[in-house]
Amino acid sequence: MSDWILKSEGVGKCYQLQHSRLRHTALRDVLGEQLKKLFCRRPNSTEKPPPESQAAADFWALRDVSFSVKTGEVVGIVGRNGAGKSTLLKLLSRITEPTEGSITIRGRVASLLEVGTGFHPELTGRENIFLNGAILGMTRAEIRRKFDEIVAFAEVSKFLDTPVKRYSSGMYVRLAFAVAAHLEPEILVVDEVLAVGDAEFQRKCLGKMREVAGHGRTVLFVSHNLEAVDRLTSRCIHLQSGRVLEDGPTPTVVANYLRRSPVETLDPAQFRTASIPGTVSLKRIWSESMDGTRCAAFRQGEPFRIVLEVEAETGAPCDYAIVLENGRQNPLYTTHLSDLAKPISSTGTRRLAAEFQQPMLRRGSYGVSVAIFSPDKQSFYDVVLHCPLLDVAGSLHGNFPDDNRWGDIYVGVGWKVE
Amino acid sequence: MELILAPGRAEKNYWGDLWRYRELFLILVWRDLAVRYKQTVVGVAWAVIRPLMTVAVFTVLFGKVAQLRAPGTVPYALLVCAGALPWQFFSSALSEASNSLVSSAPLISKVYFPRLLIPAGAVMTGLVDLLLSFGVLLGLFVWMRFCPDWRLLTLPLFLLLAAGAALGAGLWLCALTVRYRDFRYIVPFILQFGFFISPVGIDSALIPEKWRLLYSLNPMVGVIDGFRWALLRGESALYLPGLVASVAFTAVLGVGGLWYFRRVERTFADVI
Repeated sequence: MSDWILKSEGVGKCYQLQHSRLRHTALRDVLGEQLKKLFCRRPNSTEKPPPESQAAADFWALRDVSFSVKTGEVVGIVGRNGAGKSTLLKLLSRITEPTEGSITIRGRVASLLEVGTGFHPELTGRENIFLNGAILGMTRAEIRRKFDEIVAFAEVSKFLDTPVKRYSSGMYVRLAFAVAAHLEPEILVVDEVLAVGDAEFQRKCLGKMREVAGHGRTVLFVSHNLEAVDRLTSRCIHLQSGRVLEDGPTPTVVANYLRRSPVETLDPAQFRTASIPGTVSLKRIWSESMDGTRCAAFRQGEPFRIVLEVEAETGAPCDYAIVLENGRQNPLYTTHLSDLAKPISSTGTRRLAAEFQQPMLRRGSYGVSVAIFSPDKQSFYDVVLHCPLLDVAGSLHGNFPDDNRWGDIYVGVGWKVE
Repeated sequence: MELILAPGRAEKNYWGDLWRYRELFLILVWRDLAVRYKQTVVGVAWAVIRPLMTVAVFTVLFGKVAQLRAPGTVPYALLVCAGALPWQFFSSALSEASNSLVSSAPLISKVYFPRLLIPAGAVMTGLVDLLLSFGVLLGLFVWMRFCPDWRLLTLPLFLLLAAGAALGAGLWLCALTVRYRDFRYIVPFILQFGFFISPVGIDSALIPEKWRLLYSLNPMVGVIDGFRWALLRGESALYLPGLVASVAFTAVLGVGGLWYFRRVERTFADVI
């Protein structure tokens, strides 16, 4: 009962939207309103605008959000832009107050809302470490104790006495994250810090966060990077329009989140590189799961289909090829219709689906190239290259610790040691 | 330690938080001081050069051109200096404090800490600058062979009054600036106006007796008179009812400013 460290009960945050007004209220408007009130005093209309216009201007960024987090839990928060993630974090880090409900926190909260907050460009790296540390809630003694560690982590020891305005953006971010990463709060709130820095540094950040979590500290992790959420967290909360849509184990929540992603069917025209007008052309292309629902994201190992919608104006026989590519547009595998079936030679619109029954794709983004050509490969009716089509995230078979290894495919391997 | 965040709840932890964040306060002041004279050639010397110029100009203008006399045996330059230093502190502290919240908007919208630290830090920075510029006064004392007496010991009280006036007005203005950016244009005007209704270059004994009490409602009148009394061996007499009026008005300004600031503080992050 008492092992939670953070509890949110029916929390809501309401913002008043002011349509057709500037963001900063001008004093003139307020004075004008007051004067109007003074001179056109009507009964019942002095204090508040009528209730209906009030309701129209209210915007609930969060409503009725309840959850509790146990000590040592690493919780991911996912949701589309505007779902209320950032508002929730702002409430947790006390930047603004909830409009209703309450949040109870047992311990110190430190938030990494955009690293580098409070850095002053004129100050040197050394000075900024102390400044930023104090802003994030560290005492001077604490900073002094960790100073060397921070400098080593950020790899800026040579530039400690250079003003940070002369730092490269990479150094700047590294230093900022290094300070934040050495906080020792009971609850760490992380928002999108991984969008910055190079791959090597991102790996280091993830490692640091895992280490933090490993020390029994609680981490709330907000990110659009589902891969990172998937890797780091064990539990996940899906917010939608300010409400908790789903709260459960990360693999399930992430998978359902992906399911609910809107699926676009790509217009192949923008990827077309060659075509012969008046023959056969690719009209639309999309991916779907085996039960026929359109979907752009799959879990590792989950079978999927790539569906082509084509329109043929001639009755010439044609063959189809689909090239599955990795995110860097390198081909992984090519499949031809003629591998299994006869070339098609009728006119009209039709759909073809290629079923990838045992895809061995690792996490990442994948694309396809499509070619429609005559069976003798002499004429290419339509060629569409590098459509970014689908993502693979999460796993059907549990998580593999394969974050940063080389290779695009997953192969079931058994090791034997003699 | 259990912390509950609920509507209106922030009030309860406020004063405790203020204490807990004292290191941040010091660091913010240190930052402002450290940054102030970066990439300048003469650096901290500016804290001395600016008041020195003011004193020179006013002494020539009021002492020589307008032929005004200082009371007793006091050199006119000292009279001007004892007025210009606190005024310069007040005007820079007030304008910095008024702008302080808006210029730390990124901080306010990202990190929690008692927002009171920001305007208070701006006033504190001004105070440190003032202490540096006392060098000018010291130089003048030596040059003019003038030695202050025991009254010098009361100077901290008038310093406190000056800081209180700057912070009180600053709290009002910075909180108002967050919501109404109009105050960015109003503050320089207030300061310009304030300069003319404060006895910076003149002796406030020149004000007709019947207006003197009203005149003293301006907190800076009390501050400047007090500075002169404390620094110049009491040769510029202290007008007690005026001092009381200044202190009372400063107190009203300060308490009102704190009340207004606290009332709108929790919406800063949403409005800024």
